[in-house]
Amino acid sequence: MNKTSSIKELYPPGDFTIWIVIYVELITFGLMFVGYAFSRRADIALFNNSQLLLNQTAGFIDTLILITSSYFIVKAVNSVKNARGEMIQSANILASKWLLAAILFGVIFLVNKLLEFSAIFSQGIGLSTNTFFMFYLLLTMFHFMHVALGTVVLLNIRQRTKRDGYSADDSRGIETGGVYWHLVDLLWIVLFVLVYIIR
Amino acid sequence: MKYSSQMVAKPYFIFALMLLAGEILFGLTMSIQYIYGDFAFPAIPFNVLRMVHVNLLIVLLLFGFMGSTYYLIPEEAERELWSPLLAKITFWVFLIAGVATILGYLLVPYAELAKLTMNDLWPTMGREFLEQPTITKIGIVFVVLSYLLNVTMTVLKGRKTTISIILLTGLFGLAFFFLFAFYVPDNLVMDKFFWWFVVHLWVEATWELILGALLAFVLVKLTGVDREHIDKWLYLIIAMTLIAGLAGTGHHFFFMGAPGYWLWIGSIASAAEPIPFFLMILFAYNMIKNRRIQDDNKMALTWAKGTAVVGFLGAGVWGFLHTLAPINYYTHGTQLTAAHGHLAFFGAYVMIIFTMISYAMPILRGRPHGNSAKAQKVERASFWLMVIGMIGLTLALTVAGVMQIEMQRIPDSAHAMVFMEVQAKITPVYIVRSLFGVMTLLGLLTYFYSFFVKDDKKVA
Repeated sequence: MNKTSSIKELYPPGDFTIWIVIYVELITFGLMFVGYAFSRRADIALFNNSQLLLNQTAGFIDTLILITSSYFIVKAVNSVKNARGEMIQSANILASKWLLAAILFGVIFLVNKLLEFSAIFSQGIGLSTNTFFMFYLLLTMFHFMHVALGTVVLLNIRQRTKRDGYSADDSRGIETGGVYWHLVDLLWIVLFVLVYIIR
Repeated sequence: MKYSSQMVAKPYFIFALMLLAGEILFGLTMSIQYIYGDFAFPAIPFNVLRMVHVNLLIVLLLFGFMGSTYYLIPEEAERELWSPLLAKITFWVFLIAGVATILGYLLVPYAELAKLTMNDLWPTMGREFLEQPTITKIGIVFVVLSYLLNVTMTVLKGRKTTISIILLTGLFGLAFFFLFAFYVPDNLVMDKFFWWFVVHLWVEATWELILGALLAFVLVKLTGVDREHIDKWLYLIIAMTLIAGLAGTGHHFFFMGAPGYWLWIGSIASAAEPIPFFLMILFAYNMIKNRRIQDDNKMALTWAKGTAVVGFLGAGVWGFLHTLAPINYYTHGTQLTAAHGHLAFFGAYVMIIFTMISYAMPILRGRPHGNSAKAQKVERASFWLMVIGMIGLTLALTVAGVMQIEMQRIPDSAHAMVFMEVQAKITPVYIVRSLFGVMTLLGLLTYFYSFFVKDDKKVA
C-alpha cells in the first residue's frame, strides 16, 4: 500500500501540466505526420524524388546529437534526484555540468539545422515548391522552435542549480524540463525516420 | 468592495448590458428579414442592420472588458485606480463616440457617412466589423490608450499578479492589433490578411487572454483556491491559446488567393484551438471542486462554469466543425459560420462579462455576499433562458447551414440552387431561429429584472 502510493507520487515524473502539453504536442505532430503520410500516398514519386535533395547525413548527426543530449539530461536528473543533506550542493554542481553539455548539444543541433535550411533555401526551395517540401519545412521548422524553447528551458533549470538548487525532495522542476526535452527528442526521431529515411 | 475607485466599473457594466439589449433587438429584426425580406425596409435595410449588429457586439464587449478591468485591477494591484477621473472621462467619450457612430449607420446612407467623415483622406471604412469612420477609429485608439495608461499605471505602482499581467498582455495585444484597421491595401488578398490580423488576432488570441484572466480572477475570489494553483492553469491555457491561436490565423487564409500551405497550417493549428477551451472547463470545474470557501453568490459561479462550457461548445466544437480545409471548402461563409459565430461570441465573451457583472455588481451595489436568494433565483432563470435560447438558435443555424451546403455548395454548378432560392427553402428553420432569439431576449429581460428584485427580509 505504502509502496504503491510512493510510486504514484514518483510517476509520472515532472509537473502534471507538462503531461498535458506533451499529449497536445503528440496530437499536433501526429496530425502532421498523418497528413504527410496521406499526401505521400497520393504522389509517391514526387516525395521520393524530393527526398533525395535532403542531407541524410546531417539528419543522422542531428539524431545522434539529440539522443546524446537526452542522455545528459538523464544524468543531470539522476544526480539531484537522490541528493539529500550535504550531498545537495555537489549534486547540483554535477547536474549543472550535465545540463551545460545538453544545452551545448541543443545549440549545435540548432546551428546544424540553420545550415541545412540555408542550403535548402539557396536551392530556391520554399514552402510553395511542392507538398513534400511544404511538409519538410513545416515539420522541421516547427520542431526547430521546440528545440529552441527547450534550450531556453534548460538554461533556466541550470540557473536554478546554481542558486537554491534541486534535491531529492524538490526535483520536480528539473524533471519537468527533462521530460519536455525527451519529447523534443522523441518527435525528432519519428520526424527523421519519416521524412528523411522512409522511401 | 475593497477600493472605492472600483466603482467606476459600474457605468461600464450598465452600458454594456444596454448595448447587449440593442444587439439582440437588431439581431431579432434581422432574423425577421430572413423570413419577410422587406420587413422594416426601407427604414433599416438588412446591410445596415447587420453592420449595427456586429459593431454593437464589438463595442459592448469592449465596454464589458473595460468595466471588468476597472473592477479587477485595483483589487489585484491592492491599490486605488491610478485615475478614476480619467476612467470616467473615457467612459463618456467612448459612449458618445459609439452612439454617434451607430446613429450615423442608422440615419445616413453608408456612402454618405463616408463622405461626411472624410473617409477619402484616409480610407479605412467598408470592412466587416471595422466599418467605423476613420475619425471614430482614431477616437477608439485614444480611448484605448487612456484606458491602458490608467490600468498600466495602477499595476506598475501596485502588486503584480499573474492574473493582472496576463490581462494587461491581452489588452496591449488588443490595442496593437487594432492598428491594422488603419491599413487597407489595394490588393484584395493583402487586404484580407490585414483584416484578419485585427479580427482573428483579437477574437482567437488576445481576447482569450482577457477571458482567461477574468475567469481566473472570479475563481480566485469565489473558490479561495491557492493562487499558485490557479496561476499554473492560467499559464497553461494562455500558452496553448497563443500557440494555437496565432498559427490558427491560417484557417482564414483558405481559398482566398493565399498560398496552399495555409490549408495545412490553418487546418492543423486550428484543430488544436479547442484544447485551451477544453482546459478551461477542466480548470473551472477543478477549482470549484477543490474550493475552500462557500460564497453566497452562487450565480457568479454558475456563470463562470457556463462560460467555460458554452465557450468550449461555441468556439471549440462549432469552430472545429468547419475548420478543416476540405470541409471549409463547402461550408465557407454559410449559415454554419453564423452558427459558430453566435455561440462562440456568446459563450466565450458575453458570458464572461455576465460572470464579471454577476460577481461584481452585487458588491458595487453594497451586497458583499451577492444578491438575495430570490434575486439569484430570477437570475438563474435568466441564465437558462439565455443559454438555451442561444444554443437553440445555434442549432437552428447549423441546420440552416447544412441545408444551404447541401443545396447550394455540394452540387455542381449545373445543379446547385442559387442563394435566394435556398434561403426561401430554409424559411421554416429561420422561424425556429427567431423563436429562440425571442427566448434569449426574454432571458436578458429577466436578467434585468433580477436587479430590481427586493432583498429577502429573512436573512438566512
